Amino acid sequence: MASEHVSESTTDDALVASVLKDADGATVVEQQYASSQTRYHRVAVPVDGYVAAVSAAKDAGFDMFVDLYAVDHFAQAPRFEVGVNLVSMSANHRIIISTRVPYDDPTVPTVTGLFIGANFYEREAYDLFGIDFPGHPDLTRILLPDEWDGYPLRKDASVGAIPVQFKEGSVDL
Amino acid sequence: MSDTTDTASEPTADMDTVPGHEPEAPSVADARREAHDIWVSGTEERFPFSTATNEGAQEMLPEADDPGAAMQAGIAVDDDYTSEPTVEPEERQIINMGPQHPSTHGVLRLHLEIEGETIRRVKPIIGYLHTGMEKTAETLTYAQGATNVTRMDYLAPFHNELAFSLTVEQLLGLEVPERASAIRVLMTELNRVSSHLLWAATQGMDIGALSMMIYGWRERETCLDFFEKTTGLRMNHNYIRVGGVAADLPDGWEDDVASLIATITVGIDEYEELLNDNPIFIDRTMGVGVMTPEECKQYGVTGPMARASGLNWDLRKTNPYCGIEQYEFDVPTGLHGDVFDRYIVRMEEMRQSLRIVQQVMDTMPSGDYRSEDRKVTPPPRKRIDESMEALIHHFKLFTEGFRVPEGAAYQSVEGPRGELGCYLVSKGGARPWRMHWRAPSFAAVQALPVMMTDSLLADVVASLASADPVLGDVDR
Amino acid sequence: MAGISSEPGFLMTTLEKGVNWARTNSMWPASFGLACCAIEMMGTGAAHNDLARFGMEIFRASPRQADLMIVAGRVSQKMAPVLRHVYDQMAEPKWVLSMGACASTGGMFNNYALVQGVDQVVPVDMYVPGCPPGPQSLMHGILSLQKMIMDGEIRNSTGVF
Repeated sequence: MASEHVSESTTDDALVASVLKDADGATVVEQQYASSQTRYHRVAVPVDGYVAAVSAAKDAGFDMFVDLYAVDHFAQAPRFEVGVNLVSMSANHRIIISTRVPYDDPTVPTVTGLFIGANFYEREAYDLFGIDFPGHPDLTRILLPDEWDGYPLRKDASVGAIPVQFKEGSVDL
Repeated sequence: MSDTTDTASEPTADMDTVPGHEPEAPSVADARREAHDIWVSGTEERFPFSTATNEGAQEMLPEADDPGAAMQAGIAVDDDYTSEPTVEPEERQIINMGPQHPSTHGVLRLHLEIEGETIRRVKPIIGYLHTGMEKTAETLTYAQGATNVTRMDYLAPFHNELAFSLTVEQLLGLEVPERASAIRVLMTELNRVSSHLLWAATQGMDIGALSMMIYGWRERETCLDFFEKTTGLRMNHNYIRVGGVAADLPDGWEDDVASLIATITVGIDEYEELLNDNPIFIDRTMGVGVMTPEECKQYGVTGPMARASGLNWDLRKTNPYCGIEQYEFDVPTGLHGDVFDRYIVRMEEMRQSLRIVQQVMDTMPSGDYRSEDRKVTPPPRKRIDESMEALIHHFKLFTEGFRVPEGAAYQSVEGPRGELGCYLVSKGGARPWRMHWRAPSFAAVQALPVMMTDSLLADVVASLASADPVLGDVDR
Repeated sequence: MAGISSEPGFLMTTLEKGVNWARTNSMWPASFGLACCAIEMMGTGAAHNDLARFGMEIFRASPRQADLMIVAGRVSQKMAPVLRHVYDQMAEPKWVLSMGACASTGGMFNNYALVQGVDQVVPVDMYVPGCPPGPQSLMHGILSLQKMIMDGEIRNSTGVF
């Protein structure tokens, strides 16, 4: 059952270490889910080693693509974070490999060559954060209209709330 | 096919080590397949999908250039459209489907490039329901957050709330009482049933079984009645909150749940009676919209769709949350990854969910329904009348909210459509710095071209309905 | 049959009343489901609440055959032109019912992505509150709209009979 995998955290550590053996400057954080005994790893790598780390993870058995996200850290440099969420079904373990890029060059190499499913997710990150993914087959806006100006989920973009006008009731009844 | 039964009896080779339940239902399906002499994929070598696109999304394997690959696996009947395309590309036409279309389950738009009746290329266009929830979440406190996320996947509101609450609890390091966890499991499993009932209704409606739609809705109302009694709302409940649930279960909830289980169990049997022997339903679903396990992994397709393809992967088993590991249930898996297997898997999942609900009902622990941590939980109503401090505390909690330590966390639950994950970044404030959702429907919509390419135009709605996308989940 | 005359009788009304009566009782909605409210709208049409009692069971897929557009759900900036396009395709007389908080005012999502009220795009005849409105609320809204049509309070978007 699943519990066989759960207790073997040392195996998971070895697995994550094997993913990162060629990645320089990687930092690893181990976290535990709430209401659960299971753990997962969050790994931060420099942008140069990002695709290599994802590729190594895929070779190490993390062959299920789950998610790709972007974060705007605004006041911190480098400003943007992009992360890939991968799952190894055989080892029953999750790894989140993230990288940071600066504001003046928000360029992250695409992982669509490794996981086709990253296509829409990278388009979403491009649409909402303006992060460029060189090598992506079709990097266009996905959620917003094509003619949209700006990147709404950046921290310096406003929420776009329109103040509610409390008008008098209509009198021409 | 002579080897159909052989394949059915042996375990799938690339499956995870978690022993899965072998439901009776797929074997029924196999008998049907043989009886109707349908060539079914999954029993043969799987051919890669041949596509004429350069968009990247639709090319699967390097062998796609192989001319034999045009003989695509997974097409039900041996017809012209499985052979080599003889029509010149310029004779193809592009038709638009949606965003206002009755079968697209909301506001999905598809560009279909067709060659006669055969679809050669599909491009899903989404964003017509983009609500900016991830941005709005940054303006709401953690206590208000559940109100926002429950409107995302509006057919599985409890799962959204649960994923959000668990992620915040992970950052807080908060333990919830046993009763709260049990209520969470009860509500999410009932929610899975109601969501699958609605799927059955719309799947039936989309391929012409209109009575299925009426029946599915009829049984779903019994679930909604219980939700309304417990939470006050039929949908968008805001019931599961950080630290527990909003209110205890109402008096006499055992009777309600018991009658609900009895009604729906009979209902599911009736649906299977209606559809399993229905030749039109079988012809329109078997061998249609096939996805292989490898494609599911590549596209991040999870949940019933991945299980129908043979991946034995259920987060309730592999990554149990809220104490769901103490309940006994099986994970049904399919063999062929077609629309019919998704139907079988979802029907069986409903039964298993009701099994869990029955066990939760029998073993419901007593105690608090929300955490005693006063940092997160408002004081009880009675205390506010007695104590000034409690009133101030209540006021501060609902105006400023509670602060969450700096960090980032990911937590996912097994939603009715697959892995529903929440990625939260906190900078130590009372509001999330960033909330990202891993939406199962988003991955399913992305994988639509895989299911639809080189199939017939009429199969588009069958494939689409079997993916069960909720556009509120896709566009957020 | 004692109290009923077998002689052929006749019925008197004005043409306007007759037309209003006919329009009221065969109001076909265009299925314009957008979000959560669409589920409740479909639930209203299903067996439990049975909208067919009021002559509205046929949700038309084609706007050309529909009289009433029920805007069920939040309208995004990307969807607004499509919504207007569908509305323009509907034949007169036509009415619009804005279902739910999001369609009426933008609801709780006051942000960049949503149109803050569908009345910025199309003229609305009836607002139904709720998030989402239950089937009873929707039916109340529809019946109120029917009453207004029956009484001749609203005719169509151009104001011409």
